[in-house]
Amino acid sequence: MKMISEGSKPLIQPPDLNAFREWNRNNKSKALVDKTMSEREAVSTFINDGDYIGTELYGTVRAPMSIIREMIRQGLKDLRCAGQGVYELDLLAAAGMLKAIDWTYIGLEVYGLSSNLRRAVESGQIQEVVEWSNAAISWRFKAAAMGVPFVPARVMLGTDTFNYSSAKSVECPFTGETLCLLPALIVDAGLIHVSRADKYGNAQIDGISGFAAEMARASKRLIISTEEIVDEDVIRANPEKTIIPYYLVDAVVEAPFGSHPGEMTYAYERDEQHIKSYYNDSKSVNKTNDYLNKWIMGVRDHQEYLNLVGLEKLDSFTIKEDN
Amino acid sequence: MNAERYNANELLISVSSHLMEDNATCFIGTGIPMLAASLAQRMHAPNLISIFEFGGMGAKLEKLPLAVGDMRTFNKGLAAAGICDIMETAQRGFVEYGFLGGAQIDMFGNLNSTVIGDHSNPKVRLPGSGGANDVGSSCWRTIIIMQHDKRRFIPKIDFVTTPGYLSGASAREDAGLPPNTGPYRVVTSLCTLGFDQETKWMKLLALNPGVTVDDVIENTGFELIIPDHIGHNPEPSEEELDILRHDVDKDRYYI
Repeated sequence: MKMISEGSKPLIQPPDLNAFREWNRNNKSKALVDKTMSEREAVSTFINDGDYIGTELYGTVRAPMSIIREMIRQGLKDLRCAGQGVYELDLLAAAGMLKAIDWTYIGLEVYGLSSNLRRAVESGQIQEVVEWSNAAISWRFKAAAMGVPFVPARVMLGTDTFNYSSAKSVECPFTGETLCLLPALIVDAGLIHVSRADKYGNAQIDGISGFAAEMARASKRLIISTEEIVDEDVIRANPEKTIIPYYLVDAVVEAPFGSHPGEMTYAYERDEQHIKSYYNDSKSVNKTNDYLNKWIMGVRDHQEYLNLVGLEKLDSFTIKEDN
Repeated sequence: MNAERYNANELLISVSSHLMEDNATCFIGTGIPMLAASLAQRMHAPNLISIFEFGGMGAKLEKLPLAVGDMRTFNKGLAAAGICDIMETAQRGFVEYGFLGGAQIDMFGNLNSTVIGDHSNPKVRLPGSGGANDVGSSCWRTIIIMQHDKRRFIPKIDFVTTPGYLSGASAREDAGLPPNTGPYRVVTSLCTLGFDQETKWMKLLALNPGVTVDDVIENTGFELIIPDHIGHNPEPSEEELDILRHDVDKDRYYI
């Protein structure tokens, strides 16, 4: 294949598909064993300083916020990540934990720019920013899920998004057209919040699936947080809903309202007041620190966090059956 | 412009919604496009098929989505898929319209939503491509919605996040992007713009109420093609304003 051009940025997580196969053979048990544990144990066991992490879906929607908050409590360092991020990555940036990002979109959508990430990038605290499109990042996960080193695509071509990525463009050996090659992205630790899972890690998601299926299969270690842990029979009753089978999963953490202040399809709406107040706080470093101290460092675990939010308040976000 | 009857965003939403056809697939992003799609569904396009990047397809846009992945993006929808299926659907040529915004635009409709200043030493770090580059690459016709001023309409944007016609003429296809795709309209606070068929240079198509050709020229940082015949966009109707204020965005996130 004739190479035409290449992006100027380094691969911050180069793919090694043979090593990934070996990893999956040696570290992913096919036995049905109980993987339930606390978020503290899951984070301390499966996430290390310097890891490349992936989060799904994003910030205000079905996001693994309880795991993110625990990562901040444990003070992980020098993390690299794939950034379709809203709230969750803003918090990691606020806590000074990010070193490099494969960046797609980071902002707070309806409210606008993401202040902590902006500060972290503009000040150089985040040392490497590599650009991608959303499809590109998802297809990079897909390539890893397929077990191949890249997938070709027809996006990013001709743009600075390509020039500041680590993609390459080539002449297609079949058609002669120019294609963008997207390198497989294998994450060290993936974090996915789901609607329900059994103790083995068989996980189901209600509503849109984002990139959960692809990222779960592209993760060397995978932490699932779940609104509820259900009996194996519940999974077996609707196996077609199991988007993440147990053998991909290393830890299952029960986390009701785990996406708070974000939403969870059919379960609860987002906490608009909390998100808005965080957005306003995030404009100032001091207020951001106050936020981190109050909502994250100031509580021991997810249950204490929920108590601090207030159970009555949480209940007001619950989507009732007849709605 | 009758400033008391409607505001700038209401006009943008109204003009944009008129471009959305019934029974067409429309890739919808955060913000104004969501409101325009929601308005179009209530007015002339009840079967407008909204497509949201994280998997929502064919939703009834009864409540304003606040995020492109939230559950309102597949409210009573036809399908709730995932991002790969959506992006692949667009790449296969199934999505007619894509709606985009940006911080900067040039005469070929290239968009910047990544960075103001130098990438390695940014003055302002913006949100980044998200799905914008994909929408701008894969949809048949992209419609760009922008505030119109000289800081945004500039001859050389700081970063090409999303492809328009790149350097014009056949540059887009030459780069490997699918043929017969690209920016179709730019809907701004002052006017509607299109692109010359050959050169792909931006041209004025229709003025918003109370706006003159000189207003457009003065607020554009590059030369525009000004054709002999220029149309006029209507003011938002009372019915549209009523629907926008009391239904589509009753919590007033945007209007």
